[in-house]
Amino acid sequence: MKQNAKNFEKSAIASASLLGVELVEIPKWNCCGAVSSLTADDVMHHVAPIRNLVRVQQMNDDGVVNNEYRLVALCSMCFNVLKRSNLRVINDGEMLRKVNDFMDTEPDYEGTVEVVHFLEILRDVIGFDKVREKVKKPLNGLKVSAYYGCTLLRPKEVGIDDAESPTIMEELIKALGGEVADNPYKSLCCGSYHTVGGNKEIVAERAYKIINGARRNGADLLITSCPLCAFNLDNRQELTKRMHPEFEKMPVLYFTQLMSLAFGKEKEAGFDDNFVDPRPLLKERGLLEK
Amino acid sequence: MKIGVYVCHCGGNISDVVDVEKVAEFASKQPDVTVVRSISHMCSESGQKAIIDDVNEYNLDRVVVAACSPQFQGETFKKAVSKAGLNPHMVVMANIREQSAWPHYEEPEKATEKAKILTAMAIEKIRRAKPVERETLKMGKNVLVIGGGIAGIQASLDLANAGFNVYLVEKKPSIGGHMAQLSRTFPTEDCASCILSPKMADVAENPNIHLMTYSEILEVSGSVGNFRVRILKKPKYVDEDKCTACNKCTEVCPVSVPDEFNLGMTMRKAIYLPSSVAVPHSHVIDEDACLGLRPLACGLCSEVCEANAINYDEMPQYVNLKVDTIIVATGFDIFNALLKPQYGYHKYRNVITALEMERIIVEMAEGHLIRDVGKDVAFIQCVGSRDAQVGNLYCSRICCMYATKLASLLKRADPSREVYVFYTDLRAYGKGFEEYYRTAQELGVKFIRGRPGELMEDPESHKVVVRVEDTLTRKIIEKEFDLVVLSVGLVPSEGTKEIAEILKLPRSSDGFIKEAHPKFRPVDTPVDGIFVAGTAQGPKDIPDTVAQASAAAARAMSLMNKGEYEMSPIKAFVDEGKCDGCGLCVDACPVDAIKVVNKAEVNVGICKGCGSCISSCPRDAIDLKIFSNDEIMAEIEMALKDKGKGEKRIIMFADDMCTYTLADGVGTAKLRYDSNVYIIRVPSSSRVTPNMMIRAFEMGADGIFLGECEEAVSPYPETLKVIEENVKKAREALRNAGIEEERIQYSPFVTVMFKKFVNLANKMVKIADKYGEIPEEKRRKLRVLEVVYDD
Amino acid sequence: MMTEIMQVKEKNVKLHKKIEELSGEIVTLCEQCGICTTSCPMADEMDITPAGIMRLSQIGDEEVLKSKAIWICASCFTCTVRCPRGIDLAKVTEALRQITLRKNIDYIDFNDIKDELSQLPAIAVVSALRKFTG
Repeated sequence: MKQNAKNFEKSAIASASLLGVELVEIPKWNCCGAVSSLTADDVMHHVAPIRNLVRVQQMNDDGVVNNEYRLVALCSMCFNVLKRSNLRVINDGEMLRKVNDFMDTEPDYEGTVEVVHFLEILRDVIGFDKVREKVKKPLNGLKVSAYYGCTLLRPKEVGIDDAESPTIMEELIKALGGEVADNPYKSLCCGSYHTVGGNKEIVAERAYKIINGARRNGADLLITSCPLCAFNLDNRQELTKRMHPEFEKMPVLYFTQLMSLAFGKEKEAGFDDNFVDPRPLLKERGLLEK
Repeated sequence: MKIGVYVCHCGGNISDVVDVEKVAEFASKQPDVTVVRSISHMCSESGQKAIIDDVNEYNLDRVVVAACSPQFQGETFKKAVSKAGLNPHMVVMANIREQSAWPHYEEPEKATEKAKILTAMAIEKIRRAKPVERETLKMGKNVLVIGGGIAGIQASLDLANAGFNVYLVEKKPSIGGHMAQLSRTFPTEDCASCILSPKMADVAENPNIHLMTYSEILEVSGSVGNFRVRILKKPKYVDEDKCTACNKCTEVCPVSVPDEFNLGMTMRKAIYLPSSVAVPHSHVIDEDACLGLRPLACGLCSEVCEANAINYDEMPQYVNLKVDTIIVATGFDIFNALLKPQYGYHKYRNVITALEMERIIVEMAEGHLIRDVGKDVAFIQCVGSRDAQVGNLYCSRICCMYATKLASLLKRADPSREVYVFYTDLRAYGKGFEEYYRTAQELGVKFIRGRPGELMEDPESHKVVVRVEDTLTRKIIEKEFDLVVLSVGLVPSEGTKEIAEILKLPRSSDGFIKEAHPKFRPVDTPVDGIFVAGTAQGPKDIPDTVAQASAAAARAMSLMNKGEYEMSPIKAFVDEGKCDGCGLCVDACPVDAIKVVNKAEVNVGICKGCGSCISSCPRDAIDLKIFSNDEIMAEIEMALKDKGKGEKRIIMFADDMCTYTLADGVGTAKLRYDSNVYIIRVPSSSRVTPNMMIRAFEMGADGIFLGECEEAVSPYPETLKVIEENVKKAREALRNAGIEEERIQYSPFVTVMFKKFVNLANKMVKIADKYGEIPEEKRRKLRVLEVVYDD
Repeated sequence: MMTEIMQVKEKNVKLHKKIEELSGEIVTLCEQCGICTTSCPMADEMDITPAGIMRLSQIGDEEVLKSKAIWICASCFTCTVRCPRGIDLAKVTEALRQITLRKNIDYIDFNDIKDELSQLPAIAVVSALRKFTG
């Protein structure tokens, strides 16, 4: 969020504040680890995510926040890892004890934190109606396709919406004044960590499928909530084009960038950092000054 | 008192492990034992004769048979002693086969010791038991059949033809159920409505059947022999007797709505004939679709009706009935394919369900094309069945066959079609099924073993792409189809769920109505006098439905035929001398069988005999007639008497329906568990009061375990809660005496949890070993609990 | 081509047990329906199908550890949310990877990727290293 996904963070904070929500950054946060440990005996890989939850506890104890135990994640991969580890230790006292023992220089985690994704805050706390109210520049029939990826919806205990037919991002698009372009590949895995190393074609191939799926339904652009998906679908389009010469590129935005745009805060949307530049398209639709 | 004790060899099954002669000798030393015999096969003619002869010769008044499980041959010996002139409850079995010789086959000495003690327990139990007369209820000849599908129709006809008076209540405006919607039936390809229509006509004409369609059950109270039923007859606004089904009204009606009979694929009018085979054969006005009846908005139908059959002022009618027995035949619904969005139902135009396919085929045969079926057709099996993700773990039984049938019909209609069936297992278990499957293969239907995770649609051609792993070649194959048919499973219908609530019928873990005993009473429900037939009890095909319907009818008849009905004697009863009318038992009873009129009174028609009431009474005034307080205490005492130093004795209370059956199953499978566990049979473990548990520890028990049916399969509601409460109180008493609470445990079971049983039985002994023997001082500190009034 | 015959020995039983222990899943529950295969977005790139991975795990065939498939898995959990027996396949493939990784045999070598690090987002590098190194 501080490097490759700067625009995600900036647009998120801007949109949130407009909606009356203050996103307080966790002091001394550490990397959550990006992927969940899936073996039954692993304790080590839970330490990183849980330590962040301890921070939330500390923020309450130190008075930085008042009785606020919700940890809001922007990146859906982080959301998945944090929520999964949280559920694991809440339901397995033995595991919680072991993790706390490992982190002997930190206060014990007491299982009080709730991990939520920013989209859930939009849906459940702020409400899409309020989002609609704040729209200064309705998206003018811009056809947007939602891309969920894996980590927002799966596994079922973690997912913020139905794994097979989610609607939360589509509701956001509609609230912002856009039109929804359905995509049968809306939750097809982008290829994730295969973007590193010798299997990049796997990612490029997925990008091909996902973007074409959206295009066939008339989409102008894609929105996503995960920096890895964004990288894979955005930056890797170069490789996709090399593999499939007829492929037409499509801009990929963070959902918060779309929100910033609709709220009239183009500067905070950070379009400079998008690989496939969305500005020509947006200018053409009258959504950006020429 | 003169007791005869019979120790069975069981042809070696017992005597190969247990020294039966030693058991016989031990028995002969017990109080009041007059005769002891050890016999090769007690259940044989000669074995039973030995009992009868001895009763006559020695004037025996009680009998103990130390042999197999009472669940196995209990009835045999009850009949034997009845023949000898004794009350049938004056015999008790000691289970030394399934619960000693078999599970402890590796320890013959311990098995023999245990057999001795089990026999002594049975002897003491029968000493304190009282003869019980079975209560009889007066029975009339009135039956309520709920549901007018093939099950309800068959049961009604059987009963009516036998001279019983049947009230057949059906929710829809016509009887016939789902069978009336089908095209042809497997494996013979009979036309469904052709074979069903004559039966429907019979129902309409039979003078003993009072048919009420478009009617719903509102309430049912009372019990067997005296059910009071309140029915709502919805107004059809058309007189069934006058209507000639000329159809003129339908032609002029301005309102069109989706036709439910065709699953919404075609339209019908607000005034309509439910189907071409409807019985009663009369139109009906759907008041929700109609433009308005009061005040009248249109009135066109009445104008053209030459029979003057339409009456806009018809009011709903409430009918009150008194019936003796009830048969539930409320059927199934198909699984809602929208719950599996990955298959694109209602999203892709070329994905339909099997029931829709049935209607398409029927209509096609009559010359109406609802939709084109195309050339390449795929069937996807197990949609909504065998699927943990939608919570239906069961197999719906008929889908493999109905898909084979639909595939065969399609292939025969046009051999150039490519028809595929994508399955995981192909279940062709019934008569003629395997042969029918073979014929389908001969026709060229392709059966591929693989289940698709999702279906994709070509956005231009709208053809559906099925991508599947052919698990037999391990290759992923992809093919486009013109039409994909989802072989949806069966789920309990809304009507079944509603009726289960109204009649307080328990449902099995799959959601269908639970039978009283899965093997021996498949059409009885746990409620006396209420039977179940057809798919309300579980997925099945038409022959099985008809068989079950006739079975339910026969069961109802056998209950009513003699004019009186003998009930199970396991009922609660009140000692009026002790009862002070406080009413705590009323709240404790999970089926509302008790009321207080000065003193507490138990309605034996409703009482299920669980014993939950017993622990609520501060005066010890309520008890069970069989498995009484005295009998249970007798078994506890004898299980713990003469316990040697260092010996461990665990008492396990096992409920008859599940835990006891499970224990028998464990023994039959020769699975071993610690022989220090002594099992006491109870109708429900909720009948074990906290004080009984405390007294058991006083007498030397090292641990107590209570086993009970899991909620979903239990014949009694809410007993697990009662057990939990009782255990809590008993543990508190233990705590106060400084004894470890862990020594009392309880768990729900179902009859297949062999491993769990063995583990828990052994665990109880381990707990006892961990804490060692309970010292005398602690046992003396145990205080019996007072039941406190909640003011 | 000769028919391949596998003698099922003690070591196969041990492997099956190890897989169940590491994953916490009962692989014998798999009824080989193939839904996982057709739900898997990476199935086309794999040398054995996901259902095949389960089958080999059930019988304890060591070939499964040598397969490319378990490394192509992207841990997307689509198989997990679709399995009609409720098996969490993602955990099973993780267990299979871990058996090799815990022997200190990494799937990717840091040296091979250090040149592209500047172009990759941290999230990609962290997740790849976490998954593919012991």
